[in-house]
Amino acid sequence: MAAAAATTGAAPAGDKVDWRLATPLGLTYLVFFAAPFLILLGISFYADAEQTRLGLDSWLKFYTDRFYLKVIWDTLKLGIFAVIATTLLAYPLALVYRAASPTWQRVLLFIILMPLLTSVVIRTFAWIVILAREGVVNQTLMGLGLTATPLNLLQTELGLVIALTQIEMPLMLLPLLTIMNQMDQNLVDASRALGASKWRTFFRVILPLTLPGWIAGATLVFASATTAFISQSVIGGARLVYLPSLIWQQSMVVYNWPFAAVASLTLLFTVLAGIMALSWLGRFARTT
Amino acid sequence: MASPSTPAVPAAQPLTLDGVTHSYGTGLAVDNVTLEVKGGELVALLGPSGCGKTTLLRIVAGFIQQTNGKVVIGDRPIDELPPNRREIGIVFQNYALFPHMTVAENIAYGLAARGESRAVQAERVKEMLATVRMEGFAERKPRQLSGGQQQRVALARALAIRPRILLLDEPFAALDKNLRLDMQIEIKRLQRQFALTAIMVTHDQDEAMSIADRIAVMSHGHIEQLGAPAEIYDDPATLFVNNFIGSSNLLKGAVEAVDGSEARIALACGATWTVPARGRFEPGAPVLVSVRPEQMMLADAAAPDRIPVDLKLSLPIGGALIYDVAAPGGEQLKIAVPRRPGMAASAPGTAHAALAPHARPALFPVA
Repeated sequence: MAAAAATTGAAPAGDKVDWRLATPLGLTYLVFFAAPFLILLGISFYADAEQTRLGLDSWLKFYTDRFYLKVIWDTLKLGIFAVIATTLLAYPLALVYRAASPTWQRVLLFIILMPLLTSVVIRTFAWIVILAREGVVNQTLMGLGLTATPLNLLQTELGLVIALTQIEMPLMLLPLLTIMNQMDQNLVDASRALGASKWRTFFRVILPLTLPGWIAGATLVFASATTAFISQSVIGGARLVYLPSLIWQQSMVVYNWPFAAVASLTLLFTVLAGIMALSWLGRFARTT
Repeated sequence: MASPSTPAVPAAQPLTLDGVTHSYGTGLAVDNVTLEVKGGELVALLGPSGCGKTTLLRIVAGFIQQTNGKVVIGDRPIDELPPNRREIGIVFQNYALFPHMTVAENIAYGLAARGESRAVQAERVKEMLATVRMEGFAERKPRQLSGGQQQRVALARALAIRPRILLLDEPFAALDKNLRLDMQIEIKRLQRQFALTAIMVTHDQDEAMSIADRIAVMSHGHIEQLGAPAEIYDDPATLFVNNFIGSSNLLKGAVEAVDGSEARIALACGATWTVPARGRFEPGAPVLVSVRPEQMMLADAAAPDRIPVDLKLSLPIGGALIYDVAAPGGEQLKIAVPRRPGMAASAPGTAHAALAPHARPALFPVA
């Protein structure tokens, strides 16, 4: 029917939802999110660690020091790499999932969700065992004679991206699998019958139509990779500094709260910037 | 309008299915189907859901690789070709227009996939929009179109690649009733104009009857009967075809005598009819006699070839009067007679059901 073709998720007209339904969560957010956020913003405008004097010193120090600018850039980069890696692995799997029978789909979904049943801490420490100098990866590579000396994977960006890719994978897969499964097979068949190769069908039909799912997944992966304090500090160690560990260090070790507040707000802006870039990309891609 | 000076279309190619068989796991979806569609002919695959008609269509399109048998276009087997190399146009039941593309982009899709230049694409899009009378809709998105308009675009998109074969999958199922006839005429017109060999899959006998040159009635993966629409209706080859096409009254009986091409049947409800008999029938064999409602009538007087019935209901439906009657054995019969102006519904009572002149009941053995 024509109604089936017009797939707009508009709420039924004339059926107004009572906005008061949102009050409990709204109040919670007001007390535990909006208020602390304003306090955080206020603290960032203290000039010294003892919070005696107002001024922009903390902001200026953060944004003029090359070290801290590099921390921002490294955090952004980590998020981007995690998104790229999960995307490259998730799309092929989503295509397999789409073609699988309902039974196999359940099996695949269980395997995909299984990592979520263990805590992030355990998964992160498992990666230490795998990536360590005497770990599974290095022993295999050396056993096969592919490398003479063990590779440095721990405390490297590569190792961290590998671990985060596995840890964040469900976040990319779940929205992508949902939208992949909803896509009309006739559209793929129509593309093929009109003469398009499998690759062309993927890039012209499947990719644009599953982009909203990818954007949801990429947003989640980007937000959690950039803020993954545990994985970043356990695998990255002291050598790799990202915004979350910087915040922890400044607030809990150095006790420079204004500076920690600046770092916190910077992390928030970084994540927001990534999310906005992704949604902008989505709008751009759908109109071409 | 399409100008009559459009480039000469190549001669239509015949499509041959040769012993096509397909099994899903243990079940046979298509069971040894052999069918020759002549060049420029439109054949409807008609049958209930699960009869294998859609599987057969998908095999021709290349979406399913058949277990056995060959599909040949012209004199070239196409079984080894992937769907994108078969040059087959398909119109899907839900049209399957790409929702993220405009009408023009949809129509140009197949041309772009073939690497045609932008200029060629633009020209062909314009030509196809004119052909389906959708000029002025080029920049619309599919969701901004009505069902009938979407179907016209789907047709334009399928025809833009100049296919050799056109496949139609339940093309009218999603359309409003009053729009169907328009689209049936439209598809027939385009199929003739482009000299296309076409297969249409449908479960709706009226659709099949209205635009198909021949109908293949399918059941359980095989073709029960292949023939012109009138032939299928008038002379159903099997009981399945008889019951699936149109409505009919089934009467139990036994063969009394066979005389050449006719058999005398003693009906269980009392009357004795002489009906045409195809195939061999032995005297005494139990049979089913099928007769269409419009090939019967009601009479007042009793006769040996009339069934005494109880008239329960009569419904004036437009130009026809439908009688619902019960025969002595409890069998329900429907009788349809043309209604003259002023002719009202009859009151319930007793009457005698008889064969109308020129009636051609069909005879089926009871297994």
